[in-house]
Amino acid sequence: MYEFKYHRPATVRQAANLLIKNEDAKVIAGGHTLLPVMKQRLAAPPHLVDLSHVEGLDGIEMKGRSLVIGATAKHADVANSPIVGEAIPALAELASLIGDPAVRHKGTIGGSLANNDPTADYPAAVMALGATIVTNKRKLKPEEFFQGLFTTALEPDEIIVKVQFPLPKKAAYVKFRNQASRYALVGVFVARRPSDVAVAVTGAGSEGVFRVTAFEEALKARFNAKSLDGIHVPHDGLNSDLHGSAEYRAHLIGVLAKRAVDAANGKA
Amino acid sequence: MAKISLIVNGNPVTANVDPRTLLVQFLREHLRLTGTHVGCDTSQCGACVVHVDGKAVKSCTTLAVMADGHEVTTIEGLAADGAPLHPMQEAFRENHGLQCGFCTPGMIMTAVDLVKRKGHDLSDATIREELEGNLCRCTGYQNIVLSIAAGAKAMANSDRA
Ligand SMILES: Cc1cc2nc3c(=O)[nH]c(=O)nc-3n(C[C@H](O)[C@H](O)[C@H](O)COP(=O)(O)OP(=O)(O)OC[C@H]3O[C@@H](n4cnc5c(N)ncnc54)[C@H](O)[C@@H]3O)c2cc1C
Ligand code: FES
Ligand code: FES
Repeated sequence: MYEFKYHRPATVRQAANLLIKNEDAKVIAGGHTLLPVMKQRLAAPPHLVDLSHVEGLDGIEMKGRSLVIGATAKHADVANSPIVGEAIPALAELASLIGDPAVRHKGTIGGSLANNDPTADYPAAVMALGATIVTNKRKLKPEEFFQGLFTTALEPDEIIVKVQFPLPKKAAYVKFRNQASRYALVGVFVARRPSDVAVAVTGAGSEGVFRVTAFEEALKARFNAKSLDGIHVPHDGLNSDLHGSAEYRAHLIGVLAKRAVDAANGKA
Repeated sequence: MAKISLIVNGNPVTANVDPRTLLVQFLREHLRLTGTHVGCDTSQCGACVVHVDGKAVKSCTTLAVMADGHEVTTIEGLAADGAPLHPMQEAFRENHGLQCGFCTPGMIMTAVDLVKRKGHDLSDATIREELEGNLCRCTGYQNIVLSIAAGAKAMANSDRA
């Protein structure tokens, strides 16, 4: 790992100022993506701004009809939170499937979203639930926030502060793990929202998380796994690698979407 | 350099470290606590698991400066030198839960954390699921699972967490 200067701000404003003042500075939250990358010398930020001492950034609470999760809430906090379990159990389930227990003790929702790994889990939930990503500067909808592989709308001095999830009527996430990395080979998040249905897929798209409108239309007409019979996801634009071909991933999307609809309907 | 103060295995420690020092380097190279191992470069093997404020974390993926002000327990902290082993260590010995022993400190620290979270009566399925972040190249896991189930029960009858 290359040398860097370490900063420990107490507020988001101080953190943002450090990012403005120090060129190429990066924030570090759980460090479970950034540190492995720095150890391999694939990243060498000259300044690290540690968010873990910023008070009140890891809260989990209900605000009106939204579940609000602070950026530094850890995967284990979300998985075990009775508030999340009550409001959006599918989200608690998703968090419990990330990595392994030690990863879940450190990794954060903000870090996961800022990283926008095409095989990460949270992007699927944010996309399907239509969550709002609140930064120190603005509010972003998922369609604006996610901009392709490891790319987001975040500016260099922009910090995710929290994520607001409107409550769905029903939702479920089903993940087919890559056996080696524990990331999603394919993960499908299905949400029956008050006025429509959203189906978001992670792990499969060569541009990261995406929605499957053909599934959404069919499920909007009737929210039942049978509605997806005969609808195929085209495999162009899907990842093909040693873990699975694009055709295999396309097939998995259909299978997992049906399982997710069944799970959302309580027919797991 | 950055000044850090933390508690390691119950003892206060203060040191000046280069900020890029990993917690595992700090433990092994500065404090000579070499029970915590490094088995990979990708944060996947779990040989380096220690407890920070009572929770299992991978010390190869934590900076020493991030442990400043916190309490760290390593495998050496489970039982004092010469004292009887911690029940989880004893269970690994009793059930032949190790061969080369390289993964063992991480396995045991993960297992103790697991018992704290999920209690003393652990099914095989739960143990296997919970070990997804700990790799063993020798045993085939069978005896590790047996050891953890036995250690979890033994911890119920012990005053040691
Ligand atoms: C062995 C292993 C297995 C894993 N398995 C999975 C898995 O199955 N599914 C999955 O989804 N993930 C998985 N992960 C990734 C894990 O969830 C990471 O913790 C997460 O992706 C990044 O969160 P972090 O808090 O560790 O971020 P960090 O590593 O601290 O930061 C990651 C990036 O985000 C930026 N950042 C962090 N916080 C903010 C913020 N609030 N605002 C703006 N930018 C920010 C940083 O600058 C950096 O660029 C795994 C990781 C490991 C090591
Ligand atoms: S050395 Fe830490 S996970 Fe392998
Ligand atoms: S006993 Fe050798 S790696 Fe597990």
